[in-house]
Amino acid sequence: MVAASPSPAVAPDADDLLACPTCDALLKAPAVAVGETARCPRCNTVIEAPRTQAMTRIIMLALSALILMVAAIFFPFLELEAAGMIRRSSLLDTVMAFSGGLTEPLTIAMAALIVVLPTIRFLGLLYVLGPMAFGWHPARHAAPVFRLVEMLRPWAMAEVFVVGVAVALVKVAGLAHISLGPAFWAFVALVIVTVLKDNFMSRVTVWKTLDARRRS
Amino acid sequence: MTAHQAGLIGCTQCGRVHRPGPGRCDRCGAPLVPRDTASLQRVWAWLIAGLVVYVPANLYPMLRTTQLGREYDNTIFGGVIELMHHGDIGVALIVFGASLVIPVSKFIAIAYLALSISRRVRLSAHRRHLLFEVVEFIGRWSMIDVFVVAILSSLVQLDFAATIRPGIAAVSFALSVAFTMLAALSFDPRLIWEDAD
Repeated sequence: MVAASPSPAVAPDADDLLACPTCDALLKAPAVAVGETARCPRCNTVIEAPRTQAMTRIIMLALSALILMVAAIFFPFLELEAAGMIRRSSLLDTVMAFSGGLTEPLTIAMAALIVVLPTIRFLGLLYVLGPMAFGWHPARHAAPVFRLVEMLRPWAMAEVFVVGVAVALVKVAGLAHISLGPAFWAFVALVIVTVLKDNFMSRVTVWKTLDARRRS
Repeated sequence: MTAHQAGLIGCTQCGRVHRPGPGRCDRCGAPLVPRDTASLQRVWAWLIAGLVVYVPANLYPMLRTTQLGREYDNTIFGGVIELMHHGDIGVALIVFGASLVIPVSKFIAIAYLALSISRRVRLSAHRRHLLFEVVEFIGRWSMIDVFVVAILSSLVQLDFAATIRPGIAAVSFALSVAFTMLAALSFDPRLIWEDAD
């Protein structure tokens, strides 16, 4: 394990105690059965929610999300038909919409928010949970990778983008006929898969499992 | 009772309880701090940065439409007015809410939250927590505007008939959203619950 900096001794009965990550309430570590959800009595934040086969499901969902992402990038995304002209636009075109001129930096931001950061999160999850699903020890540096995955969570904005597409469709609906390409549906599926995956995952549970597997 | 009151430090990542002392969590490696006292300063800094870039986001055009050879500049507010003239009251209200009401109320909410943590205004811990959750949830959804601009300008490229290009305001709007997200993320949520019971 990584122990470069001296870590302070854990509290004497650290295994029986738990501090709510949100409000710091000191709790007796709840014995949460599979399928149950433990919430903090003070701030009502979900602390632990173990689910049957959660690990395998998260891996499967992350894997499908990766495949869907590839599909979403390479198939046509939206198609606009007006005045006898057809304009096809892919996800990549949308990302590149800001390129050229003063809005150039937004190209990088768009690519990061819609494609790169979600992909890093999926890959990171596979790296952290993959070996454990096979009953192996966690991969090296699994802890910092999982911390990165959690840190990136607010910045992966695939679902925000889908709603953005809906708003854009309403705006041009009067101007032209628009059809949705296969990539759009791939992307919608990706969002659904991501939401499902985040529901299966509870941070404290993953950390506990990582820790237990590392010691065994 | 909180871990802090018990003389211990709880990890904000994984909840493991530690004896006080500098260092990192032995389970997940996150840095351990009893209370992040500098967090409010960071909140104010990001919030002010977000406010500053929000001004040009409203003054400069978000979209540049070329229709039959004529060029129109659309600011955020101008877009709302135009939608109203077209009779799309519903869409106009949505855009008005998403690009004006939500960002402004987010600024106010973050400032109010920061003030209530430093005891300038009174607000119960539960209310504070609720406000914090709402601000944290809504933050990323403001990026919708930027995405809409990107989709429109990649799609509406019909040569002479109509072309849409992004305006410079999109950059400052995106920055404003990112800065307010950073402001919300800078809160140490444990401060929200300080002295709650």
